[in-house]
Amino acid sequence: MDKIRNEQIRGTVKVEQFGDKAREARLRWFGRVLRRNRGYIGQRMLEMELPGRRRRGRPQRRFMDVVKVDMEMVGVKVEEAVDRARWRQMIHCDFQLLQVTVRDALNQAMDEELERDERVFLLGEEVAQYDGAYKVSRGLWKKYGDKRIIDTPISEMGFAGIAVGAAMAGLRPICEFMTFNFSMQAIDQVINSAAKTCYMSAGLQAVPIVFRGPNGASAGVAAQHSQCFAAWYGHCPGLKVVSPWNSEDARGLLKSAIRDDNPVVVLENELMYGVAFEVSEQGLSKDFTIPIGKAKVERPGNHVTLVSHSRMVGHCLDAAAVLAKEGIECEVINLRTIRPLDVETIEASVVKTNHLITVEGGWPQFGVGAEICARIMEGPAFNYLDAPVIRVTGVDIPMPYAKILEDNSTPQIKDIIFSVKKTLNM
Amino acid sequence: WVELLLRVVVSARTYADFTPQATFDIKKCDLHKLEEGPPVQAVLTREEGLQYYRTMQIMRRMELKADQLYKQKIIRGFCHLYDGQEACAVGIEAGINLTDHLITAYRAHGYTLTRGGTVREIMAELTGRRGGIAKGKGGSMHMYAKNFYGGNGIVGAQVPLGAGVALACKYQGKNELCVCLYGDGAANQGQIFETYNMASLWKLPCIFICENNRYGMGTSVERAAASTDYYKRGDFIPGLRVDGMDILCVREATKFAADHCRSGKGPIIMELQTYRYHGHSMSDPGISYRTREEIQEVRSKSDPISMLKDRMLNNNMASVEELKEIDVEVRKEIEDAAQFATTDPEPPLEDLCNHIFHNEPPLEVRGTNPWVKLKSVS
Repeated sequence: MDKIRNEQIRGTVKVEQFGDKAREARLRWFGRVLRRNRGYIGQRMLEMELPGRRRRGRPQRRFMDVVKVDMEMVGVKVEEAVDRARWRQMIHCDFQLLQVTVRDALNQAMDEELERDERVFLLGEEVAQYDGAYKVSRGLWKKYGDKRIIDTPISEMGFAGIAVGAAMAGLRPICEFMTFNFSMQAIDQVINSAAKTCYMSAGLQAVPIVFRGPNGASAGVAAQHSQCFAAWYGHCPGLKVVSPWNSEDARGLLKSAIRDDNPVVVLENELMYGVAFEVSEQGLSKDFTIPIGKAKVERPGNHVTLVSHSRMVGHCLDAAAVLAKEGIECEVINLRTIRPLDVETIEASVVKTNHLITVEGGWPQFGVGAEICARIMEGPAFNYLDAPVIRVTGVDIPMPYAKILEDNSTPQIKDIIFSVKKTLNM
Repeated sequence: WVELLLRVVVSARTYADFTPQATFDIKKCDLHKLEEGPPVQAVLTREEGLQYYRTMQIMRRMELKADQLYKQKIIRGFCHLYDGQEACAVGIEAGINLTDHLITAYRAHGYTLTRGGTVREIMAELTGRRGGIAKGKGGSMHMYAKNFYGGNGIVGAQVPLGAGVALACKYQGKNELCVCLYGDGAANQGQIFETYNMASLWKLPCIFICENNRYGMGTSVERAAASTDYYKRGDFIPGLRVDGMDILCVREATKFAADHCRSGKGPIIMELQTYRYHGHSMSDPGISYRTREEIQEVRSKSDPISMLKDRMLNNNMASVEELKEIDVEVRKEIEDAAQFATTDPEPPLEDLCNHIFHNEPPLEVRGTNPWVKLKSVS
C-alpha cells in the first residue's frame, strides 16, 4: 500500500492543518474582541461567570482556556493584540513551510524528473522492488515499472558501465551506488568512460548521467563502509560533484544534476536521510533547481567564516549558535557543490571576517579543506586573512567500530568551537 | 599512348562480361547452445565484392601508412594497427546497418572507417591535427563517429558500455542493436562476465564479438585463458565460432546474430578467429612471442584481401586490371590523406580547455600556475 504522509498531501494542495487553521481563527477573533471598546459584550463574556451550579465532573474547558493555550503555542501575549497588523502576522499559520525529510526530498525530485522526461531512468541494487536500500526510491517502481526502475545484480563495474553506455546512446540514467564505497569497484567507468569522454571526443559524445548514493561516515558501519569520496571525485575534470546538506539542497541539486547534460556525482549522506527541514513553497515547485557551482551563506556573521558541506553544515550551525551566546558571530557557508568550487563566495566572506575555518567529514590529506586553503592563498582573499586557514577534518585513520572511537573520529561541535576560539585568539 | 590504348581496350570490355553474382561455400561455424547456425553458403554480387575489396584495401593501406608515419615519429604515443583483421570490420558492417550501433576497444581505426569516418579525418587524428575526427583531442584510441562509441583505452570497459547502448536501443524501441567488440585478452575481464549476466537477464539486443587474434599483447591465448573457446565463455549465452579471415563467413554470421537479437532473443556471442600482422602496438615488433614463419603462413594462406581477390577472379567477377585500378585509386587516396594529415596545423592553443562539458556556459579553467586562467567553451 502506498504510504503518502499527510504533510505531503497538504503540501501539494497547499492546505494548512485543520487544527492550525482553527487556532488562527480563534486568535483572530480574540484579537478583534480585545480591540473593541471596554464595554463590548464580547469582552464581558470572556471573563463572565455563569450563575447556577455546574454539573458534576471535570470543569468544562471554556474559550479562554483554549485561547490561553493557543497563545502559548504561537508565542503571543494578550497585550500584543492592540497592534492589529502585528497580531495578524504573528498568529498566521503558514502552510508554505512544509517539513520534508531529505529522503523524501530526493524521492520527490526523482519522481518529478522521471515524469518530466521519458529518457530518465533509475538503476542500481535494490532500487525497484525493495524500494531502495535506504528507501530513497520508495514507490517509484510501483509507479513507473520495470522499464524505468531497474534492479541490478551486484555488479557495480558492470552496471555503472551499462549506465554510461545508455547515457552515450541518448538516455538519461540515474545510477545509484548503494554507498559510494562500492563505487570504487566501478570508478574506472565513472572517470574514464563518463568524465573524460566529452573531452576526448572533442564534444561529439555527451554523457548525461547522474551517479548518486550515500557518501561518508554513517553509524557503526566501520572502515570499509565509511569513506568520504568528495576529494576523490572532486579531483577530476569532466565531472561535476555536488554534496547537499538539507532537503532543499537535496531537491534542487538532484534536479539540476538530472537535467545537466554532463556526468554529475551526487554525494548524499545516510545520516541526513531521516532529518526533516522546512522547505519553502518555491522549493516544492516542480521546476525548482539549485545551480551547480554556487555555495549558499546559511548564516551571516562578522567574526569568522565556517565553510562546510553535507552533514557538517549542521554541525557548523550548531557551533555558531553556541558561539553566538558568547558574542562571536560565525558566517556559515554551505558549499553545496564540491566541483566546481565556489571560491568567490568564500573569498567575499573572508574579506569580511578575516578568519576562515573549513569543516569536513573526510580525511585531511588532499581533501576539500586542503583545496580551499590553496585557492584562498592564490586569490585576493589571502591579504585579508588575520590568521592561517584552519581545517577541521575527520581523523586520519580508517573508521573504527566502537562507538566511543567512532564518535572521536569525525569532527564534533566542540572541535569547531575550539578551532574558532583558536583562530580568534581567545 | 600505348597505355591509353590499353585503357580504352579494357573499358571497352563491358560489364556484361562479368558474372553478376556467385555463390560460395563458406566454413561451417562451431555452435554453442544453438540448434542451427548461419548458412554454409554465401551469395556475393559483383558490386558487393568490389566494395568489400576497396574498403579492405583502404583499411590495409591506411594502417601501413600509419606504420610508416609512426616510424617517422609523426604519429606518437599508442598506435594499434588492424592489418590482417580487415575481414572482421568490413564483414560485420556488411551484416548490420549504419543505424545500428558499434563499440570497440583501442584497435579501432578500421571500425572508425566502416562507421563513416574518412581516411583524412582518421589520419589527421593520428597525427594530432585540428582536422582530426576528434579535433586532435583523442588520438589513436579515442575516435568517435555517429553510432560509433569509440575507441576505448581501458581493456574490457567497452563491453558494459556496449550493453548500455543495447539497453538504450531496447528502451527506445527502434529495433536497433549494438555490436560490442573485445579481444581475446579482454575476454578474461570480470566486468565482461557481469555484462553477460545482465545482458542475458534483460535480453538486451547486443552482439558480443570476441576478435581472437591469438595473442593478448605478448601472451598467447593458451597462457592466458583456462578455456580458449571464447564463444562458449558466455555460458548461458548462445555462441558461434567464425572464420574471421573470410569476409563472407563474417558477414553471414553477423546477419545470423543480428536476426537473433532483433527477434528479441537477447544477446549472442561471436568469436572471430583472426590474425594481426603487426605486433600489439607500434612499440611491439611482434616476433618475440611468435615466429616470423607463423606470420608468413597466415599472410600467404589466409590473407582476407587475397582470399576475396582470388574468389572474384576465379569466378570472373572482376578483372585483374580492374582490381589493380582500385589499388591505384586507393593508394592515391591514402597518399592524399597522409599529405593532409602531415600538413594540417595542430589544434590552436585556445582549444586546450574546450569540450570539457556539453551544453555548458563558458567557464574558467586553472592553468599551470595561478596566474594562467584559461577559458573553456563547450
